[in-house]
Amino acid sequence: MPKMVVDGRIVSNTEISVNVKELVLYAPEIAAQAVPGQFLHVRVANSYHPLLRRPLSISSADNIAGTVRTIYRVVGQGTACLAALSSKDSVNCMGPLGNGFAIHGQRPLLVGGGMGLAPLMFLAGALCPRPIEIVMGGRTKEEMFWKDMFHVMCNTIHVTTDDGTLGSRGVTLDVLPDLLKNGAFDMIYTCGPRVMMEGIVKLAKEYDIPCQVSLEDYMACGIGGCLSCTCAGNDGSRKKVCTEGPVFWAQEVMP
Amino acid sequence: MSVEDGKSNQQEMLSVTIAGIKMKTPVMTASGTFGFGLEYKDFVDLNKIGAVVVKGTTLLPRSGNKGRRIAETPAGMLNSIGLENPGVDEFLATILPRLGEYDVPIIVNISGNTVEEYGELAARLNVAGVAGVELNISCPNVKEGGIAFGTNCASASSVVRQVKNNTNLPVIVKLSPNVTDIVAMAQAVEEAGADAISLINTLLGMSIDIHKWRPVLGNVVGGLSGPAVKPIAVRMVWQVAQAVQVPIIGMGGIVTAEDAIEFMLAGASAVAVGTANFINPCAVQSVADGIKDYVRQSGLSHVKELVGKVNI
Ligand SMILES: Cc1cc2nc3c(=O)[nH]c(=O)nc-3n(C[C@H](O)[C@H](O)[C@H](O)COP(=O)(O)OP(=O)(O)OC[C@H]3O[C@@H](n4cnc5c(N)ncnc54)[C@H](O)[C@@H]3O)c2cc1C
Ligand SMILES: Cc1cc2nc3c(=O)[nH]c(=O)nc-3n(C[C@H](O)[C@H](O)[C@H](O)COP(=O)(O)O)c2cc1C
Repeated sequence: MPKMVVDGRIVSNTEISVNVKELVLYAPEIAAQAVPGQFLHVRVANSYHPLLRRPLSISSADNIAGTVRTIYRVVGQGTACLAALSSKDSVNCMGPLGNGFAIHGQRPLLVGGGMGLAPLMFLAGALCPRPIEIVMGGRTKEEMFWKDMFHVMCNTIHVTTDDGTLGSRGVTLDVLPDLLKNGAFDMIYTCGPRVMMEGIVKLAKEYDIPCQVSLEDYMACGIGGCLSCTCAGNDGSRKKVCTEGPVFWAQEVMP
Repeated sequence: MSVEDGKSNQQEMLSVTIAGIKMKTPVMTASGTFGFGLEYKDFVDLNKIGAVVVKGTTLLPRSGNKGRRIAETPAGMLNSIGLENPGVDEFLATILPRLGEYDVPIIVNISGNTVEEYGELAARLNVAGVAGVELNISCPNVKEGGIAFGTNCASASSVVRQVKNNTNLPVIVKLSPNVTDIVAMAQAVEEAGADAISLINTLLGMSIDIHKWRPVLGNVVGGLSGPAVKPIAVRMVWQVAQAVQVPIIGMGGIVTAEDAIEFMLAGASAVAVGTANFINPCAVQSVADGIKDYVRQSGLSHVKELVGKVNI
């Protein structure tokens, strides 16, 4: 599939939680091709500061409306520039980039932490009509706006928060052993903090369930040209997170 | 005017020959910013650009530096990729044949730890399909205590001589800006037989995370590139142009055609686009298109008429 660079017209850029925004872009060429797990590489400002593009996962694509959606947390200068744009503006973006999730098995378990839930949204849509169970973790209740967004697509939602303000107190890993013991999952997908994913991969191995992880790294070009984002593959080769990932089979890149 | 006329007109206006390498436009890609070219094929018609200068290649495969490899800085970026590459044999076996499908000169950027390694690399690359080699002499000279070849006239010269003795291909020498006297370096490599000079490579820099009190890059220091370095690069091109006869390939912060034209007025016969490829994946082509418009609008008949024409 060819990658593209387009000026996407902003349909909406709305705050959905504290410091979290949802951007809907009219970019029919990208919407027509995007698959879950892929990302956009967004030129957040027409300036030299910030200079580089920002990678953001595609949270859904609507081929009929010609739109793609991303959900992003405002963490620094680049995301603040993006947050300042409104529906009159357009934003230059490359996409769809990277390698998406494999649609595999009949009983998927999704595990997402924080903004790692963004690519899992698109995935959950694509896994329908399979019964989906998801474990989502965050620091506190305000971060768990995800629960409502996943509601329609998932059969069972488990929520954990660090402070216990919603769901069970703790982290996603805490609830996983029981789920795996009792469930009949035949596929696990995960995206979130590195430590979380490492723990999940370990459990997946223990229960012999295939697992895919979505990695994050600092990247410049987003298309395999600069080698900023490569990671060590278990076969001894270097893997480019931008083009060979961000989604990998756990055994390719995880300890 | 027919479409055909328009085409040949463009070719005539922009075509240049650098160190015997015929190029359709004076705009090349800077090593390490354009992969092996194939990565960009959805965005750029490789058949239409000046030349592809591939990622720095070494004798053996290298996995590059550990930890974070890039940091954004005002109007620029630091990188410490650490020359990750599959090694020259893999390049020759699997990558070069795929590049052969395109009608564009392929220039291989090479790096060695010793003078002998540069020679060996040049010898192995002396094959059909490679239009020339570009020596990255910003690497540490292992035998001479790790001082970069590119910061010492004598070791730079010996690298160039060794390479010239091992290849029939045009040899481009890429200078490091991290020196006190860029003109002396340029004269030394010209004297040693360089067919063209590329400048500049990245400027050594550093960023510190003030929340963690730690360097941002895993490698502590890295090379600065992007618009922030352009005035330094233009100055170096201008100084070197006064002192050498061989053609100069100017680079450092070129994003637009206007940037490229500055380099040409300073004395560059061709230019390379680096960091800008990350911002606009079509940059090599749009810079060339903009140069063509400028040449036409200035009433000139060929891009060559710009080279070194700054009035002092
Ligand atoms: C494939 C991929 C998908 C992503 N999807 C999402 C998403 O859906 N929603 C979301 O909120 N965030 C996502 N991120 C993280 C997002 O790219 C960063 O939060 C964002 O780049 C921060 O930019 P900034 O200028 O606001 O922050 P700063 O910290 O000021 O950024 C400085 C530099 O670091 C880079 N950077 C900072 N944090 C990260 C990070 N975590 N990963 C990679 N580069 C980073 C920036 O791109 C920039 O070059 C994703 C990252 C990757 C690699
Ligand atoms: C990520 C990155 C990787 C680079 N790798 C190489 C390399 O392998 N060999 C080399 O000679 N120069 C390398 N360079 C330097 C560029 O080719 C160029 O000289 C420099 O970046 C200045 O141009 P720019 O400001 O347009 O990027 C690299 C630069 C960047 C940003």
